Amino acid sequence: MSNQKQKKGPQNTLKTAARLLKYVTGTFKKEFIIVIVCILICSVASISVSFSMKILLDNYIRPLIGQANPDFSGLYEALYVLGCIFVLGVIGSFLYNRLMVKIGQGVLKRVRDEMFEHMQTLPIRYFDQNTNGSIMSLYTNDTDTLRQMINQSIPQVLMSAFTIVVTFIAMLVLSPLLTVLAVVMIFIMFLVARKLGGNSGKYFVRQQLDLANVTGYVEEQMNGQRVVKVFNHEQRSEEDFDKLNEKLYESSSRAHTFASVMGPIMGNIGNLFFVLTAILGGILMVEQIGGITIGTIVAYLSFTKSFTQPFMQVAQQFNSIIMALAGAERIFAMMDEEPEVDDGYVTLVNVRKDKDGNLTESEERTGVWAWRHPHQADGTVTYTELKGDVRFFDLSFGYTDDKMILHDLTLYAKPGQKLAFVGSTGAGKTTITNLINRFYDVQDGKIRYDGINVNKIKKADLRRSLGIVLQDTHLFTGTIRENIRYGKLDATDEEVRGAAMLAQADSFIQMLPDGYDTMLTGDGQELSQGQRQLLAIARAAVADPPVLILDEATSSIDTRTESIVQKGMDNLMRGRTVFVIAHRLSTIRNSDAIIVLDHGRIIERGTHEELIKQKGTYYQLYTGKLELS
Amino acid sequence: MNRTLLKSVREYKKQSILTPLFVILEVFMEVLIPFKMADIIDVGIQGQNMEYILRVGLQLVVLAMLALFFGALAGKFGAEAGAGFAKNLRHDIFYKVQDFSFKNIDHFSPSSLVTRMTTDITNVQMAYMMTLRLLARAPIMIVCSWILTLSINFDIAMMFLVAIPVLGFALIFISKKAHKYFIQVFDEYDVLNNDVQENVNAARVVKAYVREEHEVKKFNKISETVYRLFTKAEKIVAFNSPVMMLVMYAVVMGLVLIGGRAIAFTTMDEGQMTSVLSYAMQILMSLMMVSFVFVLIMIAGASTDRITEVLKEVPEMQDKENAVTEVPNGDIDFENVNFSYAGEGGKLSLKNVNLHIKSGQMIGIFGGTGSAKSTLVQLIPRLYDITGGSLKVGGIDVRDYNLAALRDQVSMVLQKNVLFTGSIYENIRWGDESASDEEVQRVCRLAQADGFVQEFPAGYNTMIVEGGNNVSGGQKQRLCIARALLKKPKILILDDSTSAVDTKTDALIRKAFREEIPDTTKIIISQRVSSIEDADMIIILDKGEINGIGTSEELLKTNQIYREVYESQVKGRAENE
Repeated sequence: MSNQKQKKGPQNTLKTAARLLKYVTGTFKKEFIIVIVCILICSVASISVSFSMKILLDNYIRPLIGQANPDFSGLYEALYVLGCIFVLGVIGSFLYNRLMVKIGQGVLKRVRDEMFEHMQTLPIRYFDQNTNGSIMSLYTNDTDTLRQMINQSIPQVLMSAFTIVVTFIAMLVLSPLLTVLAVVMIFIMFLVARKLGGNSGKYFVRQQLDLANVTGYVEEQMNGQRVVKVFNHEQRSEEDFDKLNEKLYESSSRAHTFASVMGPIMGNIGNLFFVLTAILGGILMVEQIGGITIGTIVAYLSFTKSFTQPFMQVAQQFNSIIMALAGAERIFAMMDEEPEVDDGYVTLVNVRKDKDGNLTESEERTGVWAWRHPHQADGTVTYTELKGDVRFFDLSFGYTDDKMILHDLTLYAKPGQKLAFVGSTGAGKTTITNLINRFYDVQDGKIRYDGINVNKIKKADLRRSLGIVLQDTHLFTGTIRENIRYGKLDATDEEVRGAAMLAQADSFIQMLPDGYDTMLTGDGQELSQGQRQLLAIARAAVADPPVLILDEATSSIDTRTESIVQKGMDNLMRGRTVFVIAHRLSTIRNSDAIIVLDHGRIIERGTHEELIKQKGTYYQLYTGKLELS
Repeated sequence: MNRTLLKSVREYKKQSILTPLFVILEVFMEVLIPFKMADIIDVGIQGQNMEYILRVGLQLVVLAMLALFFGALAGKFGAEAGAGFAKNLRHDIFYKVQDFSFKNIDHFSPSSLVTRMTTDITNVQMAYMMTLRLLARAPIMIVCSWILTLSINFDIAMMFLVAIPVLGFALIFISKKAHKYFIQVFDEYDVLNNDVQENVNAARVVKAYVREEHEVKKFNKISETVYRLFTKAEKIVAFNSPVMMLVMYAVVMGLVLIGGRAIAFTTMDEGQMTSVLSYAMQILMSLMMVSFVFVLIMIAGASTDRITEVLKEVPEMQDKENAVTEVPNGDIDFENVNFSYAGEGGKLSLKNVNLHIKSGQMIGIFGGTGSAKSTLVQLIPRLYDITGGSLKVGGIDVRDYNLAALRDQVSMVLQKNVLFTGSIYENIRWGDESASDEEVQRVCRLAQADGFVQEFPAGYNTMIVEGGNNVSGGQKQRLCIARALLKKPKILILDDSTSAVDTKTDALIRKAFREEIPDTTKIIISQRVSSIEDADMIIILDKGEINGIGTSEELLKTNQIYREVYESQVKGRAENE
C-alpha cells in the first residue's frame, strides 16, 4: 500500500509536467523548436570558449613562442571563425530570450483564460466548498510560480542539459578512463541534490502551510480589528500572532538555508572532483597508462572546471520547479473539476401569439416568451407560454448525502402570486431558492416550471427567466449604469433609469456628483449597504423576468427607507411570481401565501390573516415572542 | 528598500552583517581556487610532478572546504536574515495595526493589509536575502578578479576596465527601461485580481443572470492587456542575456588576441591565460548577478512602498502623559460637539450635539439610516476624536484618559460584531482574561445566553468557527453582549445589538440590566421601539442633529419622527394581539 502511495507522488508530478509541456508545445510548437535550436547554438558558442582555447593555444600560439617575428595571421583567421560562432551565439541568445517571453506570457495567458473560462462553468457547489482565498491564489501565487518556471527554469535547464551532454561527450572522447570518475561524481552530485532538494522541498511545503496559517489569523484579526480595539485585546492578539509568525520564520529560514547551501556544496564537490581528476590524471600520466598525454589532461581538466557549473544551475532551479509544479497541479485540479451538468433541451424563445392563442416562434423580440419543447419520441416541437407557474413535488434535498436540509416539500406558486418563506437560520429558506434556479439539483422529487420539469430546461434559459436579489449584494467594478445594465446588457439608458426609479434608487443616484456614471470599486464600498441593495433591486428590475426571487433583499435597509422601497418593490413584483425570504415580517404581510419552515419541513402555510388566527409559530414570530435568527 | 523598512531588521542585524562577510570570505576562496588549479595544470601536470600535484591538490581541497564552509554559513545567515527581516516586518505591521485608531483602520481595507503582510513581505524577503548574498559578492568578485588580472597582464586588465562599465551601464539601462512597464504590469495585475475576486465572490450573481460569457469576455480583455504589458516589459529584459554574451565574447576575443601575443612574446604563460579567462567569466557573471538583484529589487519596489505606507501611518490617538486611568462614574456630557470623519473642515456628520447623561441612566437612541447614531456613541469610548466642542465622561475630558482604561470602563457592543475562532469561554473572556468560569456564566445569564449555551453538547467549550457562523444571529448578539458585560463597565453601549433577538428575550436582557447593573449607564441604539420605549431618556437623531430628547411619553407628544415609527410599529403589534 505504502509503496503504491509513494509511487503516486512522482507520477502525478510527471503527469503535471507533461501536461504543462503540452501547453508550451501545443500553442507554440514552431517557436519552441526555434528556441531549442537557438539554445543549442548558444550552448555551442559558450562551450566553444573552453574548446577553442586548446586549439588556439596548440595550433596558433604555441608554435609562435620564441619567434623573432611571429606571424599572427593564422590566429586572426581562427579568431574570425570563432567570432562568427560567437555572433551566432549572441543572435541565438537574443532570439530565444525574445521567443521565451512570447511563449511564457502566451502560455500564461492561455492558462489564465482557460482557468477563468472553466471556472465560469463550475457549479455553485464549487464556490461554496472552496474558500475565496484558495481560488484567488490559483490566479496569483500559482500562476506566478508558473511564470518563473517557464521563463527561467525551462531555458536554464535546457541550456545546462546541452552543456552537460556536449562536455560529457568531449570528456569521453578525450579520456574514457578519466570519465569514469566523472560518472561517479555526477552520481554523487545527484544524490546530494536529491537529499538537499528533498529537505528544502519539505520545508518549502511547510513554509507554505505556516504562511497560510498566518494569513488566516491575520485575515480574521484584521476583519475584527474594531472589536479588538473596543476590548483592548491588542496585546493578546499580538502574542498569538507572534507564535504563528515565529513558526513561519522557522520553516522559511530552513527552507531557504537548504536552498542556499546547495550552490556552495555542489560547486565545491566540483572543486574536489577537479583535484581528484588531476591526481588520477597525474598517476595515469606518470605510469603511462592508457596513453594519456599532457595535452589531453590539460584539456580534460579545463572541461572539468566548467563541468559543475551547469549542475549548479539545474540544482538552483530545483525549488522553483517543484513549487511551480505544485502550483500547476492545483491549477489543473481546478480545470479538471466537473463543469455544471446541463442536459436541458427546453429553451426560451420569443413567440407571437395569434388570436386563437397559438404560438409561433419569432426571431425578433416580441415581449412574449415561450418554452420551446422538442419531443424526442416523435420529433415534434411544442411551445408553452412562459407564465411563471412553479410547483414543487415531494422535494427532498441535502448538500451532503448524510444531512438532508429539505424534506418532502410540496408547494405551488401560480403566475403572479407572491410566496413568502419564514423560518430560522438553517430552516432551508435559501436552499429552496438554490433549487429553483438549479444552483443545486434536487435529489428526490421534482420542480415543474410552467408544467415542465426544470431538469429539462436549459439552465441558461431557466435562469434568464428568473430574477434574483440576494442578501449579500455584489456589485462589480464599473459605473452605476453598467451595474444596473448587468441585468440586461442591451438595455437603453432610459430602461436603466426606469429600473432605478422603480427601485427608488434614482433619487440617490442623481445626488451623486457623477450620477449614473459614478464609478464603483471594491464591491461598491462608496455606497451604504442600503443603497447597494437598491442597486441590486434595480438590476433585477431591468432584467424584467417573469419570476422573482428576493432573498432578504431589504435586510440592510432601515424601516423608514424600507417603507419607501416597499412601494418600488410592490411595483416590481406586480404581475410576477415572487418568492420572498424576509427577515422583517412586516414586508410579507400582503403575500398570497406564507410558508413557515422549520428544519426543512413546512409547519404552517396560509395567508397572513389565516396564520395570525391560527396563533401558531407565525403568530409568535410576528408578535416578537419568538426569536427569528 | 528604504530606511523605514530597514529599521525592522533589528536582531537580525548580526546575520545581515555576517552574510556579506562570509560571502566575501567565500569569494576570496573562489578567487584563489583558480590560481591553485592553474598551478596544478602548469606546474604539476606539465612538469609531471606528482608530488606537487598532491601538495597543491591538498591545498586546493582545504580551500574548497573553506569555501564550502563559508558559503554554507553565508547561505544559512542569509536565509535567516531574510526570514527574520520578514518576520519582524510582519510583526511590526501587525503591532502597528493594533495601535491604529478607528480612523486609521478606515484607511486600509482588511484584504489589503493581508496582502501586505503576505505577498508583499515575501517579495521583500527574497529581495533582501538576494541583496545580502549577491550585492557583496559582485563588487568584491569584480575587484579581486580585476586586481589578479592586473598582476598578470596590464593590457587585459585595462580591457576589463572598459568592458565592465559598458556592460554595467547597459544592464542598468535595460532594467530602468523595463521598470516603467513593470509598474504598469503590476497595476494591471491588480485589475485582473480584482476582477477574479469579484467573480468568485459574486458567482451566484453571474450565474443567476447567465453572464458567464460576458464575464469571460471582460476577463479576456484584461488578461490580454496584462499579456501585452508583461511581454513589453520582459522583451526589454530579454536584452540582458544577449548583451551580456556580446560583451563576454568580445572580451574573450580580446583576451585571446592580447594574451596570444603575450604568450608568443613569453610575457605570459598558458596557465595564466586560462586563469585570466576564468577571471573574466567571474567578472561578467558578477555583473549579471547585479542586474538580477536589480530586477528583484525593482519587483519588490512596489511591495516596499505598500509596506512603508502602513509603517509610516501615524496612530492618530496617543495617550497623554499622566493620563487618567480611572473613570469615576458613568456621567456623559456632550457640549456643542461637532464631528466629521474627514477632520477639521470636513463635512459634519454630527452637528452641535448637547447631551447630559447621568450615571446609571438607561438611554435609548433612535433615528433612520445615516442619522449618525453609531457615530455619536463611538465618540464616547474615543473610537474617534471629536472635531469640535467638548466630550466628558465621568466629568473628565475623554482625551485626558488613558485609552485602554477608558475603553475598559466604557464597554461597547458594535453593530457589526464578530466572534473569533475559539471556544465560547475564550470568546467571552475577551472582556476579562482572568474571569472565572462562574463569572463567565453569570454574564451569560445576564445576556440571556446561558440557556442556549448549556444546550450545546460541549456547552461553554463549544468551538466558534471563523466569523461565528455556527451560532445564529440572535445567539451571536447575546454572546457579544455577555462579552461586553464581563468588563464590568461604568458605561455600556449597545449599537443595534439585539436586532435579531426576540422581543421577549430583549426585554429580559433589559430587565437584567436594570436589576443587576443599576449603576452602569446603559445606552441602547435600536430600530425597534419596544427596545427603547422604557428608557429613562430617548434621543432622536436626524441627519446628525438631535431632533428630540425626552421619555417615550413626551416624545409621542412632541416628536414627529418618533410618533410615526411608534405608530407603525406598535399599532401593527396591537392589531394582532
